[in-house]
Amino acid sequence: MDALTTPLLTGSATGAILLMAALGLTLTFGQMGVINMAHGEFLMAGAYATYLTQQVISGSGLSVLVAIPVAFLVTGLLGLLLEMSTIRWMYRRPLDTLLVTVGVSLVLQQLARDLFGAQGDPVTPPSWMRGSIEVAGYAWPHRQLFTIVLALAAVALLHAGLKRTSFGRRVRATVQNRELAETLGVTTRAVDRSTFFIGSGLAGVGGVAISLISGTNPTLGTTYIIPAFLVVVAGGVGQVKGTVIAAFAIGIATAFLTDWTSGSMAQVISFIAVVLFLQIRPQGLFTVRTRALA
Amino acid sequence: MSEAMLEIKDVTAGYGRSTVLFDVNVSIPKGGGAAIMGHNGAGKSTLLRVAVGLIPVRSGTVLLDGEDITKMVPSKRVKRGLGYVPQGQLCFPQMTTLENLQLVTTETAAIDDVLDTFPVLADLLNRQAGLLSGGQRQQLSIARTLLTKPRLLILDEPTEGIQPNVVAEIEQVIVDLTNRGDLTVLLVEQHVGFALRSTSNYYVLQSGRITDGGVGGAGAMDEVLAAMAV
Repeated sequence: MDALTTPLLTGSATGAILLMAALGLTLTFGQMGVINMAHGEFLMAGAYATYLTQQVISGSGLSVLVAIPVAFLVTGLLGLLLEMSTIRWMYRRPLDTLLVTVGVSLVLQQLARDLFGAQGDPVTPPSWMRGSIEVAGYAWPHRQLFTIVLALAAVALLHAGLKRTSFGRRVRATVQNRELAETLGVTTRAVDRSTFFIGSGLAGVGGVAISLISGTNPTLGTTYIIPAFLVVVAGGVGQVKGTVIAAFAIGIATAFLTDWTSGSMAQVISFIAVVLFLQIRPQGLFTVRTRALA
Repeated sequence: MSEAMLEIKDVTAGYGRSTVLFDVNVSIPKGGGAAIMGHNGAGKSTLLRVAVGLIPVRSGTVLLDGEDITKMVPSKRVKRGLGYVPQGQLCFPQMTTLENLQLVTTETAAIDDVLDTFPVLADLLNRQAGLLSGGQRQQLSIARTLLTKPRLLILDEPTEGIQPNVVAEIEQVIVDLTNRGDLTVLLVEQHVGFALRSTSNYYVLQSGRITDGGVGGAGAMDEVLAAMAV
């Protein structure tokens, strides 16, 4: 039973982190055609925001909860800065954004090294997060459960925001047909900036979860950026439902493969599986259903 | 206040290195409106896209009710009263009919008004817009633009590729709108008879240049056909 339960539960936690990383990517890639390789560094910034919050509210069990909005705000503003200073000139030029944001990611990593050192810093989980619960013989750490709850809460909030609010309708309209949205009075520039802020902020929240599992590290973003992009393309660009399914599928599959082979072999097999899947279904898991091109 | 709702003055525009419009001058009087006619590739849609702001002009000016809007982004032009129904029954396919309308306004009274104009949409409010028929999508497209409360309504081939019984409904709505008095209509249309019936003035565009123009109505049919045959 352990052979099934352990990878299933640990893989779900990995999937939850991938989900938080991929949500922002799928929004910005779908809406603006931007391949933001610095998105991984927003995860890292979220992790450091958690570390710094804990330094300020040391010893408090609430520091992690306070770190969630702090990380969202800090990385959201970082994303906004990147959008306004660089990316806004490169919309619909994915290759240019890829090259530029690889450079930005290296700059951000070096900045983190200069500010915090190369070794990384530990983030201490609060006491209520240190235990575990017994699930089919496996002691499932509270931290992993917290990560999943955090990711699902982020998805639920994002989904409700996109579905139920006027801002959400403007985002969806801009993703589906930017020119048409603009001719109906939607200021797509403002929508782009807000989307970039939210997408980057979500990565920051993912960084909170990562910091609780593996602490901070200037290069932690590089571990997650490629799998997060795999999630985006496998789920269908701009598709929240597809992103959720793909994130958990890739997270869990990688955990099983790691169990059966090794960590690096599991990554290789996951990449190959996604590439093969995209050969059969290039549009990803979900796509737009229409009677005609529209 | 200007007598013309829309003036396009000496406009040259195009895509990349190719020029599509050459020194085009068009003046759309307030009220009745005008039709732009011409063969495929004459530059009709490009002219409308210039008016809407989707294509920048290389030279010339665009005035809306006397105000220079040449450099204004499309969303600002909409707020100034310019409504645009693009070619091809465009919609936001993953949003429902109601969400397509609510993108512009959530005012129930305003939405009820456009549903009175297009009653077929009232039964399709929760259907994904991408699953509507071409005719239904076109009605949605016009309804959505009417919600922007335009003073100038620009329609690009509103009856193209739509089944005949729906074409008659759409034509009637456009005729009613032009007769309302508070709305000016600029129409690009292949059906010359319908275009002349619905608007008070016409222009003929050929190879990016205005070659004829005048007062519309059934009497202008022969002149328009002759101008287009050149």
